[in-house]
Amino acid sequence: MPILVTNLGGLVLLALMHTGRGALLLRAIVVQLPHAWRMRHLIYEQMHVVAIGSMPLVLTTSVFVGAVTAVQAVYQMQAYVPMKFLGVMISKSVFIELGPVLTALVVGSRLCANYAAELGTMKVTEQLDAMNIMAIEPVRYLAMPRFVAAVLMIPTITILANGIAIFGGYLASVLTLDVTSSTFIEGLRLFYDPLDVIGGLIKSFIFGGIISLSGIFFGFNTEGGAEGVGRATMTAVVGSCLSILVADYLLAIVLFQIVFGR
Amino acid sequence: MDLVEYTLPPPPDQRVPDPAAFAGIAIEGVSKAFGPKQVLDGTDLLIHKGETLVVIGRSGEGKSVLLKHIVRLLELDEGRIWIEGEEITGLRTRRLMELRKKFGFLFQGAALFDSMTICQNVGLMLSEHSGLSEDQVRARACECLAMVGLENVEDKLPSALSGGMKKRAGLARAIVMEPEYILYDEPTTGLDPITSDAINDLIIKLQKELGVTSIVVTHDMPSAFKIADRMAMLSRGKIQFTGTVEEVRTTDHAMVRQFIEGNARGPLGAF
Repeated sequence: MPILVTNLGGLVLLALMHTGRGALLLRAIVVQLPHAWRMRHLIYEQMHVVAIGSMPLVLTTSVFVGAVTAVQAVYQMQAYVPMKFLGVMISKSVFIELGPVLTALVVGSRLCANYAAELGTMKVTEQLDAMNIMAIEPVRYLAMPRFVAAVLMIPTITILANGIAIFGGYLASVLTLDVTSSTFIEGLRLFYDPLDVIGGLIKSFIFGGIISLSGIFFGFNTEGGAEGVGRATMTAVVGSCLSILVADYLLAIVLFQIVFGR
Repeated sequence: MDLVEYTLPPPPDQRVPDPAAFAGIAIEGVSKAFGPKQVLDGTDLLIHKGETLVVIGRSGEGKSVLLKHIVRLLELDEGRIWIEGEEITGLRTRRLMELRKKFGFLFQGAALFDSMTICQNVGLMLSEHSGLSEDQVRARACECLAMVGLENVEDKLPSALSGGMKKRAGLARAIVMEPEYILYDEPTTGLDPITSDAINDLIIKLQKELGVTSIVVTHDMPSAFKIADRMAMLSRGKIQFTGTVEEVRTTDHAMVRQFIEGNARGPLGAF
């Protein structure tokens, strides 16, 4: 038992230390934001990495998320709730929760691993030192463009993922669940609230920040050779996923109970 | 076990009364530990303007650590370092970055940026700091590559180059801003003897043509004898000996003798 408590205490301290150092990294990145326009070519490059590479993953995930949501919703509501509410259930689930969170987890894991592995390799092969010697701050040249690209592109991809998921739900409903097209679309319009979409996008904006910070932080702090890069990548992805889930809960309270609450 | 006891002279005095008035680089009482391992332990060293100083010593004695402290890539635990009279230990980031522009650094593994072409690697510092146009940057990068004997590799990625070519590209990158100081970390390690000699010739050529102050860290003795104006031996965290090439060849300092003769028996030990 004492060992368990000691280990748990150690983990909490480590998490707090990483959070503190992550906050310092965020501050350093924010300080570099005025250079964003001059570094726009690097930002575009990173946006390309985020967007184009993630498309097949987003497309596949979103179609099936929408379809599965439709099947599960029909199963739960068929005896009690009219089918015109199917569209509402799907759209609310996708806009508020499934779209932002699943996109962040799926695209974010890929992106976070990419950032951590690339920057970690640069660290262990002294490329970051070389950059420092050249009087080029790695935070400005490497971290800031990646952060901006993730923060802009994750919400953009989420909008796309929302649309594809709704379409996936529509296809599954119309083709396999005996729901008519007009019933589904009527449901979509019913109780539509733009705040659902806005709330989801605010979430994905913050998730974009978490994903990029995690990848950059663990990449910059990689120690050791190939093993260190592997460890940093794994830690970055796990840290990013856990942080997204915790942040999702906190944002749900802040956005949908306090800010948008009626 | 070696039971012979060696009497070693005290480390040479490498301090000046007023480091702030010293024209080159003054390192005073620098200590650095990594966990329980004390790598540098009150190291003193003077590097005079315009000279080529070669720092020799066994692997793991802290030669590269010393080099990285000069440009504050590592933070020292104790001690102070002056560059042309300016103490760098407490410098703010902006001023430190300005000071670093005076330096070129050739890393042991060249440390070229994987995702950039050789031309982009060499020209990056110019693009960031000089305000030159893209064409001018490319022309200057090509000029530096030609100086180190590399041609028609401008648009290749570092992965397409051999070890020797990477080192030369790294050297071209180090000289692109015409630095006053060039730091070389094991410039010939891992290269065949002919390529090593070509790199040595390049170091001498750059020193003569650009008049730079060079600090070379190596344990390759033929290379050290060829390029050095002065040599310093680092062991047990301190500079144990300094002298000209001739003084190194003729000294009876047990550590230096063991090192240059490559003898497993001696005060440096074998393992």
